[in-house]
Amino acid sequence: MQTNSLYQEVILDHNRKPRNYGTLEHASHHAVGHNPLCGDRLDIALQLEHDLINAISFHGESCAICKASASMMTTAVKGKTRVDAEALIDEFRDMATGKMDLNDPHHLGRLTVFSGIRDLPTRVKCAILPWHTLHAALNSMTSVSTETDDEPTQAITGNHT
Amino acid sequence: MNLAEATRGIAVSTSLDIEKIRADFPILDLKIDGKPLVYLDNAASSQMPQPVIDRLVRYQTTQHANINRAVHYLSETATMEYQKARCKLQQFINAREDREVIFTSGTTDAINLVMQGYGRKFIQADDEIILTTLEHHSNIVPWQMLAQEKGAKIRVVPINDAGELDIEAYKKLFNERTKFASLIHVSNALGTINPIKEMIAYAHQQGVPVLVDGAQAAPHIPIDVQDLGCDFYAFSAHKLCGPTGIGILYGKAQHLESMQPFKGGGDMIASVTFEKTTYAAIPHKFEAGTPPIAAAIGFGAAIDYLSAIGIDQIAAYENELLAYATEQFNCVPGVNIIGTATHKAAVLSFTIDGIHPHDIGTILNHDGVAVRTGHHCAQPVMQRYNVPATSRASFAFYNKKTEIDTLITGIKTVQKVFL
Ligand SMILES: Cc1ncc(COP(=O)(O)O)c(C=O)c1O
Repeated sequence: MQTNSLYQEVILDHNRKPRNYGTLEHASHHAVGHNPLCGDRLDIALQLEHDLINAISFHGESCAICKASASMMTTAVKGKTRVDAEALIDEFRDMATGKMDLNDPHHLGRLTVFSGIRDLPTRVKCAILPWHTLHAALNSMTSVSTETDDEPTQAITGNHT
Repeated sequence: MNLAEATRGIAVSTSLDIEKIRADFPILDLKIDGKPLVYLDNAASSQMPQPVIDRLVRYQTTQHANINRAVHYLSETATMEYQKARCKLQQFINAREDREVIFTSGTTDAINLVMQGYGRKFIQADDEIILTTLEHHSNIVPWQMLAQEKGAKIRVVPINDAGELDIEAYKKLFNERTKFASLIHVSNALGTINPIKEMIAYAHQQGVPVLVDGAQAAPHIPIDVQDLGCDFYAFSAHKLCGPTGIGILYGKAQHLESMQPFKGGGDMIASVTFEKTTYAAIPHKFEAGTPPIAAAIGFGAAIDYLSAIGIDQIAAYENELLAYATEQFNCVPGVNIIGTATHKAAVLSFTIDGIHPHDIGTILNHDGVAVRTGHHCAQPVMQRYNVPATSRASFAFYNKKTEIDTLITGIKTVQKVFL
């Protein structure tokens, strides 16, 4: 197990300068993800138009792995259809939990920098939290821009590893 | 032997021979990622020395049968050994009688036993239970469950910035509705040693019984329950170099006798008909079912092992480690120690500016260093310091100063990675 290989420059860079970090003015979908075990909290907002993710942003408190995963996720799904995004969520989950052979065809691209996480069961949920939250957001009918009083959809990762 | 050889190892002010002690712990020879294991997560669970492992093997290979039941040789032997373990625990905490020592599955189980057996019987609506900010979740949640069921109230003793209890505030919490206090002896999250004897004495002046969560105290402080005067005292074997799945609840006999049993079943009865069951005398009343016999005997062996070294000696050496580590930590810019009580056990909780504890833990692991990261099952403490989590190094008597150096080097590596 090479734990240091996890903290590669790509991940450190996205942690230092997260892309699409902040809030979204006209979000149509929104979810909050929690990792109750470490107190991490991630807020994801996106704008879906004709089933296309037009805009996406995130913010919250988390470890570097979670933040970098969220940052890279937003760049990966921006401009994708909901279906493609959902497929990528599944692939990422399978990679992180070690269910995927990276030699098989996939669409993860640079996201494979997270493949080492499979050897660190306690950290898998850090990497997956943004993806869970995105899934929750995509399936939420909550439009936070118009119904701000609504409880945002909760994505909670527990001991699923 | 020349003079240099003769004086080697005497440089440290403790009289413990750490290398000899380390040789008793086979797990300390492990390599992690090719690096020697530096185990600094002793507050979560400590490691088991060979004599305790051997005792478990001897029991399992030559002495095992169910206890308190049959008249055959093995059952008699197992029953006797199980009872001997109870007596070792009795002596370890200086309880008046062995029947005041109940085997439980651990601290959590012991606290739940008191909540169920004492709390549900004696605590009513509007009664108040005193806890402290420093409590482990296992000494919060059971009382919350009880409070919810009964309509009782939880009152909480605050801490200052150093992580010390506000004793004046504690005293002010008492009123005529106060029915119970359940207090942590040593904080697992910060290491604070509370003035528990003084707190018990004050509660008793008010006529309030006290349970002490001694999970972190028993490994570091000689415990004398008669001197403390506590009504109940709980701790787990696995933090005392013993097996998991076993711990004890000490309770004053008069309390234990007045309490409801927590679990019903075999071994806890005097007689059973479908109309009525008469419960066995203590401690059996609280030990329903087949207990973890091997674990209890292993617990006894762990107590023998620690007593042979001496808890006093252990505490003195661990204090040295803590002082050394604190000094080293204070020399690293960007590292903050959380919990700076005057009286502390060998626990060092810390944060590093701008770096999440989980990232710290994972990178330290690469150097073979095992620390705990997270909320330490003490979320109210984390909230008090406004942090989601901390990293925690906790030392045992088999740790060395050079291991603290490895930790410090690791921390500097973490800072470099995130520069
Ligand atoms: C202060 C304190 N209380 C209670 C517990 C719970 O002990 P156990 O999990 O062995 O029941 C712990 C262990 O983490 C602890 O540190």
